[in-house]
Amino acid sequence: MTAALRRAARWMRWYVRELTDESAYERYVAHVRKDHPAATVPSRRAFERMRTDRQESDPRQGFRCC
Amino acid sequence: MRTANPKSIALWSVVALVGAAGWTVLALSRDEEVSAAWMVAAALGSYAIAYRFYSKFIAYKVLKVDKRRATPAERLDNGIDYHPTDRRVLLGHHFAAIAGAGPLVGPVLAAQMGYLPGTIWIIAGVIFAGAVQDMVVLFFSTRRDGRSLGQMARDEIGPFGGAAALFAAFAIMIILLGVLALVIVNALAESPWGTFSIAMTIPIALFMGFYLRILRPGRVSEVSLIGVSLLLFALIAGRWVAESSWAEAFTLAPSTLVIWLVAYGFIASILPVWMLLAPRDYLSTFMKIGTIVLLALGVIITLPTLKMDPVTDFASRGDGPVFAGSLFPFVFITIACGALSGFHALISSGTTPKMIQKETQVRMIGYGSMLMESAVAIMALVAASIIDPGLYFAMNAPAGVVGDTVQEASKAVAGFGYTISPEDLAQAAKNVEESSLLSRTGGAPTLAIGVSEIFSKVTGGSLKAFWYHFAIMFEALFILTALDAGTRVGRFMLQDMLGNVYKPFKNISWKPGLVITSAVVTGLWGYFLWVGVHEPLGGINQLFPIFGIANQLLAAVALAVCTTLLVKSGRLKWAWITGIPLAWDATVTLTASWQKVFSSDPRVGFFKQRSIYQDAIDDGKVLPPAKSMDDMHTVVTNSTVDGILSAALALLIVIVIADAIRICVRHVRDPLSSKLSEAPFVESKTVAPAGLFATKEEKTELAAASTAPAAPGDSS
Repeated sequence: MTAALRRAARWMRWYVRELTDESAYERYVAHVRKDHPAATVPSRRAFERMRTDRQESDPRQGFRCC
Repeated sequence: MRTANPKSIALWSVVALVGAAGWTVLALSRDEEVSAAWMVAAALGSYAIAYRFYSKFIAYKVLKVDKRRATPAERLDNGIDYHPTDRRVLLGHHFAAIAGAGPLVGPVLAAQMGYLPGTIWIIAGVIFAGAVQDMVVLFFSTRRDGRSLGQMARDEIGPFGGAAALFAAFAIMIILLGVLALVIVNALAESPWGTFSIAMTIPIALFMGFYLRILRPGRVSEVSLIGVSLLLFALIAGRWVAESSWAEAFTLAPSTLVIWLVAYGFIASILPVWMLLAPRDYLSTFMKIGTIVLLALGVIITLPTLKMDPVTDFASRGDGPVFAGSLFPFVFITIACGALSGFHALISSGTTPKMIQKETQVRMIGYGSMLMESAVAIMALVAASIIDPGLYFAMNAPAGVVGDTVQEASKAVAGFGYTISPEDLAQAAKNVEESSLLSRTGGAPTLAIGVSEIFSKVTGGSLKAFWYHFAIMFEALFILTALDAGTRVGRFMLQDMLGNVYKPFKNISWKPGLVITSAVVTGLWGYFLWVGVHEPLGGINQLFPIFGIANQLLAAVALAVCTTLLVKSGRLKWAWITGIPLAWDATVTLTASWQKVFSSDPRVGFFKQRSIYQDAIDDGKVLPPAKSMDDMHTVVTNSTVDGILSAALALLIVIVIADAIRICVRHVRDPLSSKLSEAPFVESKTVAPAGLFATKEEKTELAAASTAPAAPGDSS
């Protein structure tokens, strides 16, 4: 019972982090390490700035409907 | 040939029976009150069958989705916008992106024709048109590296059709923003509680933005939790403010709210994204998903009784107070989102295709999300149909018709053929702690009344006023976000267009260009908003049909692109899959614009309206509901603008469809002459299930491909 609850809680946490893109940084770091091992990994702060700047330059990214 | 097992035959027979029972009760009951349970049964039963059979047929027989073909997310993975996303996460993403105020507002307004026409259109429309459009656009955009609808129109139809599509998208954006802002004004005017809690969302969002930028970058969940708590506190505090001496400062007239909203839209759109837009978006997404889940639970737990007639007399007479015109074509353009919405094509091409893991998932993401949105529209229709019809019409008829007092309103409602006593009208307003509910047009307040009715039943008959303002806040929250985001997208399009004339505009970080284009876009939707508030003839009832026409026009563009692509990719015999919805959509939209332009009924035809008021001005007379000569001139200007706009939008549809037909005919005559700009086949190296739950074979495949990124849930 508690094992099932713990698994459900872990799944919820994973889902919320993915849905809100909170996991974007880890995903990006994993991507850079894997595909561009020579490149330096940005700090989380720098990465999050880059992400909002990208949205700034093309507002159609992540646009929502009526 | 595969044979179905008896268990699944039995299961689907039961599903079919449930759906059929729902439809039968809805269709046959007259003069008796029907439970909303039947509407829910009809909807869910139909959705299940459509998803199981029709969407599967389209995915595997028509589109021939290929799980061996790598998607753009896999091929172009950059860890940011292109990255393979778990299908269940993407479903949430896509749903949150397509569902907004649209599916909540349209059905509420269409309820004036009764609940039956709306129900039929929402369910049949989504199954055969809306969900098909979303899925097919998503599929073709995925095959084209996530290219946008406008680009696909240009690549596959031609520069002319492409330009028409681009212009249509811009026009729709402007009208949409004007209408959404008008919905907010009507909900917040003279309501200190609502205005205060909505105003508080701005400092809350600014705080969240600061938190995410400076204090703890990227910690979205925790900051959203803080934000939502603050938001609920602002909602509770709204009542204290409304009862305190501050109330006056937050009791704003509609014309004052217009100025605030336009100023907000302009300033918000030139601030950096991180400051206001991004945190606001987190807040509204959380609230949106939460409230929709609550509403679904509320409807299912309480199963309220529908009080509206199945079909009202307005359906055939065409003289309804909410919007003029008869059932055909106006129900089909009033309910856009939830049945068929062109706007979704902008999401299905662009963001989502860059994140989809497998081609086979277009069915679940494209078709599935749209079915979910349709369910939201059904719930909105339930919420509008469970309130007293007398109250519904008193709230939704224009101010000039309803009058200023409950006595006048009661008389006006009697004129429509419904009854509600002045005392009941006053009591309804008192229940939700508003000074008046008369002529609260726009759909949001009506929905909020319905929602408060449902939720207060769950909470034991109390908290009506709290739930009413909760619903208002929830809608206003994401409409304000849409104003900001929409102004940015409109500005982006304008910068792109102006960049062809004067180069520096192309550089989107060129500050003067940014400010000028932002001001132009806000000015344009601000014009429609201002007109909507000052228009003696109503506002929503004039503007909403144009919005519907515009949205369905964009759907026509999307369906024309899909049909052309089906023909060009050698699927001519399946072209009817999007061809028939296109023909229907074009018929509806063109009939509606024809009537809006040429009808001799002044309530429907803009130019007839214009000539009547112009003649009166020439004679020096003032026609009611106009109160002065200024009002008369306002009416003349507006009906001219609206009429020209309706005609221009209709012309655009004709151009796009004609161009698409030309390309299709050319292809059929000489298949070698057309070229398809599809990305070449690359073999996929990953394994992922197609549907929500992994099948037995998929689990085996997943287990075999141990390199696949393990997401919790699939392995178990």
